[in-house]
Amino acid sequence: MPDASPIGIFIAGLLTLGIFSFLYKDNPVYKVCEAIFIGVSAAYWAVEYFYSALYRKFWLGVFPPAGSGVEADLLLWGGAILGALMLCRMIPKINWLSRWPLAFIVGATAGLYMMLFFVSNAMKQIESTMQPLIQDSLLETLGSFTIAIGTITGLIYFFFSKEHKGIFGGAAKVGIWVLMVTFGASFGYTVMSRMSLLIGRMDFLFNSWATNFGQMF
Amino acid sequence: MKREIPLLITSIAGIVFAVSFFIPHWPFGDAENIFGDWMSVVSAFAIWLGMFNLAEVSLRKVIRKSEGWNYALIVIGSMLLMLVIGFSSVYHAINTDTPHMDPGTGLKWMYDYVFSPLSATMFAMLAFFVASASYRAFRARSLEATLLLVTAFFVMVGRVPLLDPILVWAGITDFAFFSAVADWIMTYPNAAGQRAIMIGIALGITSSSLRIILGIERSHIGGDA
Repeated sequence: MPDASPIGIFIAGLLTLGIFSFLYKDNPVYKVCEAIFIGVSAAYWAVEYFYSALYRKFWLGVFPPAGSGVEADLLLWGGAILGALMLCRMIPKINWLSRWPLAFIVGATAGLYMMLFFVSNAMKQIESTMQPLIQDSLLETLGSFTIAIGTITGLIYFFFSKEHKGIFGGAAKVGIWVLMVTFGASFGYTVMSRMSLLIGRMDFLFNSWATNFGQMF
Repeated sequence: MKREIPLLITSIAGIVFAVSFFIPHWPFGDAENIFGDWMSVVSAFAIWLGMFNLAEVSLRKVIRKSEGWNYALIVIGSMLLMLVIGFSSVYHAINTDTPHMDPGTGLKWMYDYVFSPLSATMFAMLAFFVASASYRAFRARSLEATLLLVTAFFVMVGRVPLLDPILVWAGITDFAFFSAVADWIMTYPNAAGQRAIMIGIALGITSSSLRIILGIERSHIGGDA
């Protein structure tokens, strides 16, 4: 917090404690803080999108500042019309019109993600897996074998069109083990990231907030 | 018209984005840029629709005095306060041609001292819930559960400088053993599992996207799948 404000730090501390009070049990203080969080975050994102998308992208695109030498991009009106149709969802008689912008978002996302995921998640991952198995050190060689066998058996586990029996079933079993190791690693990593956030909040409470509290009163 | 036009819009938007990957110049490259801008604008309207909906639901609760109406009132109040402060900052930014989140603006103050602490604490609380969930779930009842437990243990211990200095100090190892094991797990078996999952997701998304673009999957326009 670069521009430290004593009142701001005081309020932030109270809100932090209010949220943490849920660890004891669900209580009115937590519910108040939760309600503030819901209201503030909805309005924050509304303001943020208003500024970045509606003002900077749409408004300045359609009505560029005089003398900037930028031509008006009238095609942006298409996005604004689709966006306005989305608000029709709030009017029961014409709420079916809101399907048009929704259809646009779904279609565009489908087209975009189909290519992006196929290239980055499928092709690139297959390419990275096809590496020489024998490496310079024993650990790296073991690692290369683990990656090759782990990826193939993991994929076999996800292949449900054939019954998991015999050799195929055995490979699927190894796939489950690899996936369990992955889930364990992801779990451990997530716990550590949450712990780091918790340490951050505790550091704030015991350093910034406590010091500020002492100075204020 | 209520069904055909949305299906047509879905197909056109999907085909433009998919084909522009192979033909990144006129007409598909330009159409992709235009549609990309439209997506930003439509997303902003969607966020506003969400906020209006939240306000409507909360207001209805307050008017009917249904359960939790007092908290709904706080939701509306904090939303209005943030909107007033936010728009005054945006108005100031537009008039002075400065960033809307400059230090000293009301929006930045609200972000630093209200939104950010609340958001960080909410996510920090997950540490406790994850701990209590793992206490119940992490029982080495089977080989699979044991693998999960042991891997999570090594990754967690390897990420904090706690046991490694003790091992070195006691003369058991002369290097950071737990850290090395955690690194090996993250680099090899974890990468293998992640790859299997990612390839599976990519194939799933590709087939779902094709179904959507070709109009076979219609649930997003309220039709049968």
